[in-house]
Amino acid sequence: MNLQEHNVSDNNFEQCIKCTVCTVYCPVAAVNPDFPGPKQAGPDGERLRLKKNNFYDETLKYCLNCKRCEVACPSNVKIGDIIQAARIKYSEKKFKLRDFILANTDLVGTLSSPFAPVVNGVLGLRPTKAVLDSVLKIDHRRVFPKYAFGTFESWYKKNEAARQSSFPTQVSYFHGCYVNYNNPQLGKDLIKVMNALGVGVRLLDKEKCCGVALISNGFIEQAKKQAKMNIEAIRESVLAKNMPVIATSSTCAFTIRDEYPHLLSVDNADVREQVELATRYVYRLMARQGVKLKFKQNQKIRVAYHTPCHMEKLGWAYYSIELLKLIPNVELTVLDSQCCGIAGTYGFKKENYKTSQDIGESLFRQIEACDIDYVVTDCETCKWQIEMSTSKRCEHPISILAKALE
Amino acid sequence: MKFDTIIIGGGLAGLTCGISLQRHGQRCCIVSSGQSALHFSSGSFDLLNCLPDGKEVENPVEAVERLKLQAPEHPYVKLGKEKFEELAGSVVEFFSQAGVSVTGSACKNHFRITPMGTLKPTWLTLSEQVACEHGDRLPWKKVAIFNVTGFLDFYTQFIADEFHKLGTECVLREISFPALERLRKNPTEMRSVNIARVFDKRENVDELARVLKDGRGNCEAIAMPAIAGLARTDVLECLEREVGTRIALLPTLPPSVPGIRAQQQLRRAFEQAGGVYMLGDSVLRADMEGDRITKVYSYNHGNIPFVARDVVLATGSFFSQGLVALPGKVYEPVLGLDVEFVENRKEWYDMNVFAAQRYETFGVKTDNEFHGLLNGAALSNVYVAGAVLEGFDAIKQGCGAGVSILSALFVAEQILRK
Repeated sequence: MNLQEHNVSDNNFEQCIKCTVCTVYCPVAAVNPDFPGPKQAGPDGERLRLKKNNFYDETLKYCLNCKRCEVACPSNVKIGDIIQAARIKYSEKKFKLRDFILANTDLVGTLSSPFAPVVNGVLGLRPTKAVLDSVLKIDHRRVFPKYAFGTFESWYKKNEAARQSSFPTQVSYFHGCYVNYNNPQLGKDLIKVMNALGVGVRLLDKEKCCGVALISNGFIEQAKKQAKMNIEAIRESVLAKNMPVIATSSTCAFTIRDEYPHLLSVDNADVREQVELATRYVYRLMARQGVKLKFKQNQKIRVAYHTPCHMEKLGWAYYSIELLKLIPNVELTVLDSQCCGIAGTYGFKKENYKTSQDIGESLFRQIEACDIDYVVTDCETCKWQIEMSTSKRCEHPISILAKALE
Repeated sequence: MKFDTIIIGGGLAGLTCGISLQRHGQRCCIVSSGQSALHFSSGSFDLLNCLPDGKEVENPVEAVERLKLQAPEHPYVKLGKEKFEELAGSVVEFFSQAGVSVTGSACKNHFRITPMGTLKPTWLTLSEQVACEHGDRLPWKKVAIFNVTGFLDFYTQFIADEFHKLGTECVLREISFPALERLRKNPTEMRSVNIARVFDKRENVDELARVLKDGRGNCEAIAMPAIAGLARTDVLECLEREVGTRIALLPTLPPSVPGIRAQQQLRRAFEQAGGVYMLGDSVLRADMEGDRITKVYSYNHGNIPFVARDVVLATGSFFSQGLVALPGKVYEPVLGLDVEFVENRKEWYDMNVFAAQRYETFGVKTDNEFHGLLNGAALSNVYVAGAVLEGFDAIKQGCGAGVSILSALFVAEQILRK
């Protein structure tokens, strides 16, 4: 018997020196003792799982995939990846209608958007929530994001496509499900900001949901399929048309750049550096080419920036914060970087609701203590969580910039 | 990204240097590859406990000159006695302004209680921990030692045995109530930090106060593990007021709650002074022009470089991967600076694990102003601070924190003088 073959992992779990720093920064371990914590669930458990499958522990589903353990790890162990890869490899694949609905943001958005006023109304009703709670186990206390009447894509094709292709420099915009079905205004704001910098905004030939919710809900084959289609479209844009790809959602950008190769084994090495967040693209353009945005001399605006977990992992909050600082008369607070608790579809599930709200509690408290007009963040699900759990409005930095432009 | 100074490494040295520079009007960025060794801190900072010849040190300021002969490359020798005394004398005030309250003096070591209950010399101790005046006795005749039931990183019996040798009588008590019992569902992760979070809630502090009051008997002090709150800093104060007895927080095995609080507070002080702290990123390479580094590139920021007038390397020692050992060599992985080590690997270590280990003294070579050397020549805008430096044995000489703090303050002075 070759013992070595049972000891090989794609992940660098053997770099772990058991220092437990990851557990210190795990938002779930802090509030839910049912979760074994990142060290045990990640590198410690991996060692055992490699010996025998049945060391796999279903409580790994409590992991939010926030990656804060990886950010904290002094030995660069990919703890979050180890946990997610184990879930993909070992977890029981039982079909759950609830998870299917939550994971298929694309499909559900396509179905809801044409009937947005009705869907929004019905989803807000108490009886609907009671049914969703008891039948599907989607927590009744959760406030649903509103669907927009008509998608961003259809609006764009009708009103903007021709004008945007006349710009000398162009980028492709990965708008994501949220902008397409829930908040087309953010897409419009992005076009306004980019156009003000002399850059045209195009869409990819084909865009599918980035797949983050599919991954976290265990629909791996479908996630892979969508990832491959997205990477094809991104290649077409980057390599054939020489147009880099920008996103407004920190999670979409993170998923395409890092989760595709790490969790789905979809190679993106030839285009990865050309996929980034809008605020980073704008920062680089302004720093390198000295282009400037012209702002209104507006009244004082007070904002507090919240760093989403995947933004913390990307390390790019700096760009959004620096852009916000350019707005005249802005008063900016940077909130402590901590998880808001929602983690995409995680916080919608009945069994996670309490954990989700407990995790976010100290962030909500900090927000309520700030005298501000808006919380600003690059993540749509953080926005839902913050708007549901505090009295403050939450906006994307690009929308704040767009509002301040002349 | 333009800064005045970029600091690679966000532990004790990097933060000390950054806070000092920010206070003098600079704009700095700290890039830190994960959390620092402060997470394993005892809650005390050592300056100089022992000379390389084995002689114990009572007064570090007086002893420092003797290093010149015994360890000529020691960072303290590069500082010189006067600078050493001046910088060491400024640290209590420096930390206090940063919101970290410590007690101690560079002219007289005091004693800290170790997680095993023994006494060891040290320089500064966080105010919430115990600073003993003498090395052969405790300030109490009878102590009640409490531990949380199921908490495995605190050994009450060892501590009681050691306290007994020091002439202090001990009674052992347990702390158990529902909020703590809940943590026991996950025994492997029942760590200091998770327990400390329980005491961030007021009602649990009140409950703890009741348990301590009931169990202290006629003891003049209570000793318990340092698990008194992670986010809140007033737990000890509340407890002492409620219980009416002196409470000594003793260090636990890692992770260290007081160390984490110190790290978080120093980072907060740095950011409040306008500094930018980037966690979880690694510097990959640098552009050079002549004897200067002009740009620094990191993993997260790709083709957007950090541009700064000066660069400080404060990446720590082997643990933090500021130094990497291969079978035949030791190297500095970030900038590839010259590293002092001996060729013959057999001379790196002593088979007696308690003896001085020579690899502890390996580190980056610098000139007397702490400029890093590359191929034997000093880089004019690259400074080196902290555990990555050559010439000292932090464990045997008890000087790790002192080297980190003093070299960082000195480097900040050099940068500001330009």
